[in-house]
Amino acid sequence: MSMPFYASAEQIMRDRSEFARKGIARGRGAVVRTYADGIIFVTENPSSALHKVSEIYDRIGFAGVGKYNEYENLRVAGIRLADLRGYSYDRRDVTARGLANAYAQTLGAIFTEQQKPYEVEICVAEVGDTAENDQIYRLTYDGTIVDEPEFLVMGGQAETLTAEMKRVFVSGQGLSDALVATVAALGAVGGPDGTPRTLSATQLEVAVLDRTRGKRKFRRYSDTALTGLLAEVTPDTPNALDEDADTASDTDVSESAVE
Amino acid sequence: MPGSSSFTDFLAGAAPELLPSSPGSAVSMPHGTTIVAAAYADGVIMAGDRRATSGNLIANRDIEKVFAADDYVLVGIAGVAGLAIELVRLYQVELEHFEKIEGTQLTLDGKSNRLATMVRANLGVAMQGLVVVPLFAGYDVDQPDPAKAGRIFSYDPTGGRYPEQHYHSVGSGSLFARGALKKLWRPGLDRDAVVRVVVESLYDAADDDSATGGPDVTRGIYPVVMTATSSGAQRVGDDELGVVVRSILADRESRPGA
Repeated sequence: MSMPFYASAEQIMRDRSEFARKGIARGRGAVVRTYADGIIFVTENPSSALHKVSEIYDRIGFAGVGKYNEYENLRVAGIRLADLRGYSYDRRDVTARGLANAYAQTLGAIFTEQQKPYEVEICVAEVGDTAENDQIYRLTYDGTIVDEPEFLVMGGQAETLTAEMKRVFVSGQGLSDALVATVAALGAVGGPDGTPRTLSATQLEVAVLDRTRGKRKFRRYSDTALTGLLAEVTPDTPNALDEDADTASDTDVSESAVE
Repeated sequence: MPGSSSFTDFLAGAAPELLPSSPGSAVSMPHGTTIVAAAYADGVIMAGDRRATSGNLIANRDIEKVFAADDYVLVGIAGVAGLAIELVRLYQVELEHFEKIEGTQLTLDGKSNRLATMVRANLGVAMQGLVVVPLFAGYDVDQPDPAKAGRIFSYDPTGGRYPEQHYHSVGSGSLFARGALKKLWRPGLDRDAVVRVVVESLYDAADDDSATGGPDVTRGIYPVVMTATSSGAQRVGDDELGVVVRSILADRESRPGA
């Protein structure tokens, strides 16, 4: 008869954490930050079909990094929870805090009870009527929940990216200035031998929760609208990308009915 | 595991008591209505009167029976108000839920089929007299020509779904409204003209059907009129409708026989 190996609870948890962290660090980074009119989600994502950022409810958005099937699972569960709550009570009764708590419970339970923890880190953000009421929650693989006041960095090379974001973050920036600064920060990490990369619209997935919009505050920026935003920048912004200035004039960034 | 993208299916599993088709204790609920819809140059328009009746009584004189289910779909309801409004509320979540989970909207045919399924699910209570019959009007974003993009579907209580040409009307006053539309509607009407056409057809329905409310100039209660075009669903403002209604009334004054 073979004896099972003994492993202490501490050791098991450490191993699981390490496993999850490794999985998360493998992917590209994502930044969720505030700007003058709400919250922007910026991720590196060459796919235009498999999203890392999504709408959850009227004022609530979601971003996930790590293993696609796992954060997709959490995203769908979040939409179901939000729609169920909104349908049973009222649309205003759906809050990011409630949703983040549900995610924390789920992730915590998976971390301790399942064979392997989820290799994901997710963000739930809610745009308020004023900038003071904007909320950004970070949820990690073990169910830890953190309320971030200004910005949040997830995924690969998070430490370097956080340092870079701290350097460039200015509170209350306009949309394009905030976006360009964030894209430059994303480009500053992950280049060969630490050289900065220039990220184009096709390499990015960008969405906003814009408090000035109607009922559904979530809007995705892609293709021409995104290229326009990246080009349309105040001249003295230090991290302006070298975009062709002509593209700014003929781009449609007006609200369309469906994004 | 993410299963179906349908919120209704999910609700049936997770909280079936919230489904609008669950039998309630309703006996003599408010009903009676006229809803009209018509295609026009930019898309499609829908209008509904504001009266709810309960037997011989007017239960409500400013109820709203036309809704935007999403950016491109208008739904008007005739039948038992409580069930019908709940059906629309569920349908709105259904469309939004699909869009959020799948990252893309259903096609217009998909949306109209989905509504048929929901009406069919209500058949049990419909047999007991609590009938809900919606009218669907939508702008088909896959159709390049806006004059052809406005599409109308009618339903029967068994969930039958019927594509309608040009215009259609449902509810207790629909017979009269359809007669008016037959004379007033022309292909390629512009927005202002079609607003007048639908309001006038509702006026005719209210004229002959006691369960349909006419425009109430004293209280400023006008029909709910909504359009669905390439730029989304929009409600026609009461200020604009006030002008249209007054012009119709002035026109009728000069023709008392009409």
